[in-house]
Amino acid sequence: MATPQNSKKLRSLIRRLKFNDYVFSLVGLVCMMLGVITLLALFTNLLIDGMERLNYDFFTSFPSRRAAQAGILSAWVGTTLVMLVTAIVAIPLGVAAAVYLEEYAPKNLLTAIIEINVSNLAGVPSIVYGLLALGLFVYQMDLGQSILSAGLTLALLILPIVIVATRESLRTIPREIREAAYALGASRWQVVSDHVIPYAKGGILTGVIIGLARAIGETAPIITIGALTFIAFLPPAPFSGDPPAGLFDWLQAPFTVLPIQMFNWVSRPEEAFLINAAATGVVIIVGTLAMNALAIWLRYRIRKNIKW
Amino acid sequence: MTTSDTQERSATNLKAEVKNLNFYYGKVQALKNITMPIAEKQVTALIGPSGCGKSTFLRCFNRMHDLYPGNRYEGEIVLHPDDTNIIARQVDPMEVRMRISMVFQKPNPFPKSIYENVAYGLRVRGMRNKQEIDGKVEEALRGAALWNEVKDRLKDLAFNLSGGQQQRLCIARALAIDPELVLFDEPTSALDPIATGSIEELVSELKEKVTILIVTHNMQQAARVSDYTAFMYMGDLIEFGETDKMFINPTDKRTEDYITGRFG
Repeated sequence: MATPQNSKKLRSLIRRLKFNDYVFSLVGLVCMMLGVITLLALFTNLLIDGMERLNYDFFTSFPSRRAAQAGILSAWVGTTLVMLVTAIVAIPLGVAAAVYLEEYAPKNLLTAIIEINVSNLAGVPSIVYGLLALGLFVYQMDLGQSILSAGLTLALLILPIVIVATRESLRTIPREIREAAYALGASRWQVVSDHVIPYAKGGILTGVIIGLARAIGETAPIITIGALTFIAFLPPAPFSGDPPAGLFDWLQAPFTVLPIQMFNWVSRPEEAFLINAAATGVVIIVGTLAMNALAIWLRYRIRKNIKW
Repeated sequence: MTTSDTQERSATNLKAEVKNLNFYYGKVQALKNITMPIAEKQVTALIGPSGCGKSTFLRCFNRMHDLYPGNRYEGEIVLHPDDTNIIARQVDPMEVRMRISMVFQKPNPFPKSIYENVAYGLRVRGMRNKQEIDGKVEEALRGAALWNEVKDRLKDLAFNLSGGQQQRLCIARALAIDPELVLFDEPTSALDPIATGSIEELVSELKEKVTILIVTHNMQQAARVSDYTAFMYMGDLIEFGETDKMFINPTDKRTEDYITGRFG
């Protein structure tokens, strides 16, 4: 029974509950802004510091003892080539492993253990991968301190990310769609190659790109396997030079990458090099953001035609 | 079960015979000793309350249970005229599915074009000749009464069709492979009354060409479309017979209770 007194009580209760709501939303907003503003401030700071060096010459010059003439040519070429190797190795390995675990592997204790381990691998510190790679790729397999070694190391590092993302993506495909394909007499491989992988492509690509975006900023494992910090030449382009280089000679070339170049400049005493480091930082961040944006756009485009 | 109309049934040919079929999900027995005939080029309906095993029974016919671990068949489903026991372990499920196709409860077209949806079963069989595929696709779409609605937009995505059209597309997909038997698993449960009417009409027309086994929880639907009806309850086949006779004069008390709406 709603007497006037009751409704007054109700209103004060509601006012109190709404106040709690208001307090939490305020706290939440502050927490969120703390993260966003810190990142934004850092980026702005880097941008202001490095602005004067962000010009065409910076991208086309080798590092130099004179800060004003130094550039990141060898570093960005190195990063691009290492990423290329990483992607070529990690995508087929990761996708195949995920498809096997999700579509083929029997569900038993062994696969359960493997599954848990794959997820755990994503949490292994990257320096550990660096040490493993130093022993395995550089010395055991004698690949040297090369682009190939670095690419393989980073591929190992992002493999768990690719596997987990691919499996998530495979799981979003409804059972009815798989059954529809099987019901027409398709073999398991036909179902996987004609349906499962094409429909999961968006999620797989997103996972790969997020993995690569992580790899692009990795420094520790690359230092461990012995990337150079000062390098004033590019890996040989296929069929260039005299005698002409082979198609894959660049894989064996020494190299450096952007984060190492940045690290090197930060540790120099001259202040002019700090500007170079800031400019390099901007390049890395923009590269990472661009890759994430690409991932979002690709997912949107591919998902557009799929409704479930 | 009743055998009141044995004479009449032997007059029509049998497409399949189910003999002492038991089915287990792990340790749970879902189907208990089912024996019944499937008449050729007739519609056989499976009715019964939810959880009675009618969908489980239907999915034995294309070995769908083989996709999931721990399932076990016992007994025989003999497919005529070659007398193959399609649930025998040595018979590959792919072979069974190439002869017996299925239409599911919810329309489940592939996220591909209308054309590719219908052509997929042919491509699975390695058919590459475009003219041959074109011909089969048209024939199947005509068979599913969809051709006139989609002939100018075969390249459109299947998702752009309405629910009823999508289900007819799934029927076309099932027909394109020239099946001997088509399984329908509550094909109208996700559709509105008008779309349901057109699917029912289609089922009645299709029996000219192909044997049909349909699961439905809608008794009016069973009465409208089927020639024979099997009533199942808790994994048992309670009663099997000609639809007209069963609906007018059921032998078993449970059948009567179910079709008069006293439970279910």
